[in-house]
Amino acid sequence: MTDSRYNTSKTDVALDGFYTALLDDDPSALYERAPCGYLSTTPDGSIVKVNQTFCALTGYAKGELVGKRRFAELLTVGGQMYHETHFAPMLQMEGQVRAIALEVVRVDGERLPVLVNAVLERDDAGNPVIVRTAVFDATDRREYERELLRAKQRAEESEARARALVHTLQQTLIPPEPPDIPGLDVAAAFRPAGVGDEIGGDFYDVFQIGTGDWAVAIGDVCGKGVEAAVITALARHTIRAAAVHSSRPSEILAIVNEVLLRHESERFCTIALMRLRQTGGDWTATVSSAGHPLPLVCTETGEVREIGGFGALLGVLPQAGLTDDDVSLRRGDSLFLFTDGVLEARAGSDFFGEERLKAALPGLATSASAMADGILDGTLRFQSGVTSDDIALVAVRIP
Amino acid sequence: MVFAHGFGCDQNMWRLVAPHFEDDFKIVLFDLMGYGGSDLSSYDPERYDSLQAYADDVLRICHELRLTDVIFVGHSVSAMIGGLAAAAEPSLFAKLVFVGPSPRYIDDDDYVGGFGEEDIRELLDSLESNYLGWSSAMAPVVMGNPERPELGEELTESFCRTDPAIAHRFARVTFLSDNRADLAQIKTPTLVLQAKKDAIAPVAVGEFVAEQLPQSTYVLLDAIGHCPNLSAPEATVSAISAFVRDR
Repeated sequence: MTDSRYNTSKTDVALDGFYTALLDDDPSALYERAPCGYLSTTPDGSIVKVNQTFCALTGYAKGELVGKRRFAELLTVGGQMYHETHFAPMLQMEGQVRAIALEVVRVDGERLPVLVNAVLERDDAGNPVIVRTAVFDATDRREYERELLRAKQRAEESEARARALVHTLQQTLIPPEPPDIPGLDVAAAFRPAGVGDEIGGDFYDVFQIGTGDWAVAIGDVCGKGVEAAVITALARHTIRAAAVHSSRPSEILAIVNEVLLRHESERFCTIALMRLRQTGGDWTATVSSAGHPLPLVCTETGEVREIGGFGALLGVLPQAGLTDDDVSLRRGDSLFLFTDGVLEARAGSDFFGEERLKAALPGLATSASAMADGILDGTLRFQSGVTSDDIALVAVRIP
Repeated sequence: MVFAHGFGCDQNMWRLVAPHFEDDFKIVLFDLMGYGGSDLSSYDPERYDSLQAYADDVLRICHELRLTDVIFVGHSVSAMIGGLAAAAEPSLFAKLVFVGPSPRYIDDDDYVGGFGEEDIRELLDSLESNYLGWSSAMAPVVMGNPERPELGEELTESFCRTDPAIAHRFARVTFLSDNRADLAQIKTPTLVLQAKKDAIAPVAVGEFVAEQLPQSTYVLLDAIGHCPNLSAPEATVSAISAFVRDR
């Protein structure tokens, strides 16, 4: 229980102390030596009254200010421009301004950073009568704010550098143009998810194994960012290195699997690898897929079907169960390799899907670039230009 | 009558002036791109890097609303914006009113604009230090934030506030522009309203504008400051009224 009498007497004591302090504080000292500069001006800014604190802050004598200067004239020229274009209109329209950062030019020419509050008093008819302005020395605060600004600028600069780095790194993982292959028409396309400020996990590669012997790889590393980029680079280079000694795509992918299993990363990936060999005028494709959407072959007659032996994704199981599938290609046949960003392009709850892809291909199979560009455009339009996942695709046509 | 506000604030600048013309004229008020209620998402920094883009916007507004015999009232930088619009399509405009105009703010040989380049840099600093609170306080307002109704209140105090990057850019476009040579191309009858003491557009600049315009009427207002439309609304209204009603 609280003793109400005790509380009452305590409150009384506090109030007594308050009134004593109030009576003891001389009103003129309260004004003159207030802990902020204080000025009163006519509505157009002519100084009519100013306290000692303001004079001490600025070095002016009262006689040099009262009736002689306007408040805005004490500011830097840039500050005067800000005053005319922002401060004065806000004061007129809203009756007050708060915490405006300005610089007063002291009588010795030094600049004093200040924070300014002002109120506009109006008479009963609504006519402006007087402006009361409080001026706070903000030297330390302004220095702190400048440091914040510098830090913000540095942060923005490093963000820009990081974006440039992402772009450069992405280009090392995604060749801007696939190489020219004698006797084959090859095109590729890539579109990162979102605004492309993060390194995605999709990649493709087209490289030569021997004369008339080429490899086309397309893959998708789970996740995004630096760690995904490390695995992407590892997978891509392992394929190239393994292709020196092994010629079967399933064997090459098995080596990638081993490398990923030994790597400390928990990440896994899917890859479809295709070897293209020329014998005489004909081409044979050998295809193995490790958990990756199977490549499509589109014949000249418009038939579209999946090709490739299908195994488990890489970096998870010791045995990925990979197999190869050989397909003989004729003139006019096309091959299409892609990542799941094509199938999973979304419009509401609807996906672009395999059916749409298979239906679209025959009409585009006039050239590799028509297929690559056409399918990329189609999926982008389908999801109204907002990519939720990376899209990578490679098209090959036997001309 | 089309009213255009100057650098810094928005169409509220005309609150004490425009209503006086409502009975006799169709009144069009708008916010320059980047200010007030304009759609910040359609602000294109490439396009808005000269006053011509703002003048094109004025013409688009006039065409969209099918206005004819336009009396364009422009404050501060909007005087030159209206002048450029009138020079491009003279047939659209009946009269122009320039309140505190300046065709060039920076001194140049014999020409006195009132400022040096250093002063403009200082203004940009002022803008920057007064927009420190923008990103955190204003961004949620712009994005719409129903869970924080108190932001609605801040929005009403957003007069004279916009995205700092836009303010910074518009300040550069405004104060580094040089439209002295365009004045002779503005054939529309023009009233030049000059405050007797104006730190942004001094009397000598107002006189220069009136001299260079082929058809001008010059009125020196007994007003102090760059915004006579706020500080001396009655004098501003009566000067504009005499000019626009004089046929």
